[in-house]
Amino acid sequence: MSFVSEKKSSHTKLLLLSFLACLIGCQPSISVDSKTGSNLLVYCSEGSPVSLNPQTNTSGTTVDATAPTLFNQLLDYIPGTTELRPSIATEWSINEKGTIYRFTLRDDIAFHSNEHFSPSRHLNADDVIFSYNRQRLANHPLHNLNGNSYPYFNGQGLAKLIKRIEKTGQYQVEIELTRPESPFLSILATPFLPIQSKEYADTLMKKNQLELYDKNPIGTGPFQYLAYEADSYLRFKRFDKHFAFQSSVEHLVYSITPDPAMRFARFSAGECDIMRYPLPVHNKLAAQDNTIETIQTPALNVAYWGFNTQKPPLNEPKVRQALNFAVNRKAIARAVYDNQAILAEGPLGPSSWAYAISQDKIIYNPEKARQLLQEAGYGEGFNLDIWAMPVQRAYNPNARKMAEMIQQDLLEIGITSNIVSYQWGTFLNRVAAGQHQTVLLGWSADNADPDNFLTPLLSCAASNNGSNYSRWCHTEFDNIILKARQESDIEKRKLYYQQAQKILHFEKPWLPIAHTPNNLLIKNTVKDVNLSPLGTINFEGVTIISKEDAF
Amino acid sequence: MLISLLRIFVTALISLIGLTVITFAISLQSSIPLHDYQSHSVFVQYFEYLGYLFQANWGTSNITGSDVLSEFLKHFPATLELLLFALLIVFICGISLGIVAAKNRGTWIDNSVMGATLVGYSMPIFWWGLLLVLFFSLFLGIFPVAGRIDYQYYIEPISRFMLVDTLIGNHSYGLSAFFNALNHLILPAITLSWVPMAIMARMTRSALVNILKFEYVRTARSKGLSENRIIWVHALRNALQSLLTIGGLQISILMTGIIITEHIFAWPGVGNWLLRSVARQDYPSIQGGILALSFMVIIFNVFIDIISNFLDPKKRRPLA
Repeated sequence: MSFVSEKKSSHTKLLLLSFLACLIGCQPSISVDSKTGSNLLVYCSEGSPVSLNPQTNTSGTTVDATAPTLFNQLLDYIPGTTELRPSIATEWSINEKGTIYRFTLRDDIAFHSNEHFSPSRHLNADDVIFSYNRQRLANHPLHNLNGNSYPYFNGQGLAKLIKRIEKTGQYQVEIELTRPESPFLSILATPFLPIQSKEYADTLMKKNQLELYDKNPIGTGPFQYLAYEADSYLRFKRFDKHFAFQSSVEHLVYSITPDPAMRFARFSAGECDIMRYPLPVHNKLAAQDNTIETIQTPALNVAYWGFNTQKPPLNEPKVRQALNFAVNRKAIARAVYDNQAILAEGPLGPSSWAYAISQDKIIYNPEKARQLLQEAGYGEGFNLDIWAMPVQRAYNPNARKMAEMIQQDLLEIGITSNIVSYQWGTFLNRVAAGQHQTVLLGWSADNADPDNFLTPLLSCAASNNGSNYSRWCHTEFDNIILKARQESDIEKRKLYYQQAQKILHFEKPWLPIAHTPNNLLIKNTVKDVNLSPLGTINFEGVTIISKEDAF
Repeated sequence: MLISLLRIFVTALISLIGLTVITFAISLQSSIPLHDYQSHSVFVQYFEYLGYLFQANWGTSNITGSDVLSEFLKHFPATLELLLFALLIVFICGISLGIVAAKNRGTWIDNSVMGATLVGYSMPIFWWGLLLVLFFSLFLGIFPVAGRIDYQYYIEPISRFMLVDTLIGNHSYGLSAFFNALNHLILPAITLSWVPMAIMARMTRSALVNILKFEYVRTARSKGLSENRIIWVHALRNALQSLLTIGGLQISILMTGIIITEHIFAWPGVGNWLLRSVARQDYPSIQGGILALSFMVIIFNVFIDIISNFLDPKKRRPLA
């Protein structure tokens, strides 16, 4: 310091001081042994749930927050698959006509408790009837609670489908349907139809605090509700009296982190053990790190390019076939999906039991496309609108880019095209009104039944009310899927769906593009976390092992 | 004096009327009306809307069904905590950097401070925030990435100011919870304060450089006062008043920055709540959030106007 004059050194001191001031409290943090302990599991989720009752909201965030923790359904899916297994109901029978379902319930299912309620009895038939009637009957005391609606229940038409629900014993329930409906069991197994406590509702009603029913939920699931701060966290505590599963995790925290880059940063820094919705780049980074595991399940979703079959020239099957040959889907899989999706051959993916392997797969053949256009009388080409959805979804991370790639491919067979986009709400309304020529959209199933793809997306009934955006109505196809829906023998149903897929393969109301698997990143210290093909996470029986054991 | 106060209030009133007209228009976008209006005329409904606002009835969210005002009050403490901490950084660091630069004007210190603040000035904070996280959290590992406190601490919300709750709450973590919360506050506060701090530093420097040219400073120097004494006692006191005004204006910059900062750091404040409401087209909440945030900016500006009026007689002009 000898070469620095007295004056200078005081400057340097000041400078240093002001920098120090800038970094107030910059001292290393009070060290905590590990960010998450052996009995604390932190899950980095993507957003705040709208509600803590999945009856009232179908968003994935709400389902993820409630289904794997708080509630159980009459039946559910074997983790990681689409096969049904008993849950609250131990067994069930269906009458010959397929209209009466009889369920026998377990008699040892305890409900959670909180500061407003401690249950005096186990779950019984009353709770099942209560849970369905709340959604079914407009005059039920809880039906209009907090201005709720029941989007899944109504969307599936269950209010009309269910004729009556009756208690035939303390642990016996009988449900009569107005018509046979073979996906009915799959529907009951979805997370949107949890069984909740009637006694809790009665207690709150007496205390005049009914509005707490969905805010401080009581269920039967492996974790019970502790606290929820919107935009911050959701806390659960292990439910020690759960009837089937016992986790070693005592506290489960959902850390709400909407920004995907920050979610990955938190995950990398050890602030959470599980990360939801990683981007393709995160999957790549995770693959290089041996402390991170990727859980991947084949997904029940599909991205497609739908053709409005009511608008010429798309009413011509030959033109639609030509468009099927014109698009280089392999390039799309690489550029849009980063090779993390599988190419689709139809609405149903290989994870569905009704998937039919067709003889002639969809291939890229511009030569053949030109030839088909010639045969259809459009050899000189035409102009086409491509509507690209403006938002990112699991099944389509970038519809705009996809549209641009298709645009290039179409030029090769002499078709010029424009890309059209609107704000999401407007986009859906306009597409539902049939203003589009072709549209890039997709679908995620909400139950594992193949009917969940075919009826909403391709039936005549859906061609006018909106979700069949191809506006394609094919009487033979429609009859087949109706028969399949009313048949309960799974082998016979498979045959029907094979026929249906054959028709699709010729008629081509869409170009199916890709099925995107569901991904989850977990630390290798966390074991037994599942992701269902429907995209719901499952925490039952989750354990955390020590770092040393993880290798 | 009275007249100029009156002018301030009238200006604020006009801004408030404009603000409520805008938020009323937003509330009309909602599919369900915000309130049970008696009248069918939109014009009369606006006055009914004002009436409801005064009764602290800001409507209910059409998505979550919760009361908008109480939802706002739930999120506000987190925002205020971050805001105050950032403001502290803006004043302390901004002014000190400005002083250092002014004292060494023309030297490499001055140039580097001015250069650094110019960079800070033009830095998009969403990128800056990520960069800080990358360096301090992921590379050095000294700060947490996001959130208000580590999850092994379960602090019951009482005042909803995390620093306060960790001190007054009934828990067994002792002071470690407080320091953990403080540690979570630093990166978001630095991110948020960066731009206004740069502005503050530059303003302090130019105000001081200006003042140091005055005759009375030269007199002080000729009397043999030390440079430090001249700056801290004589020059800074005179610069302070304009700095206070400028500092006050930084509030609106902080208010806009806080929305992005909260999103990046998963900070459960008003900004995050507003963004979520926008994404869900929850118009009652958007209306309430905008109303509350803008209301605070307006009130704060009134406050600053009044203070600077007291400090600076030149501003007390009569009505023209």
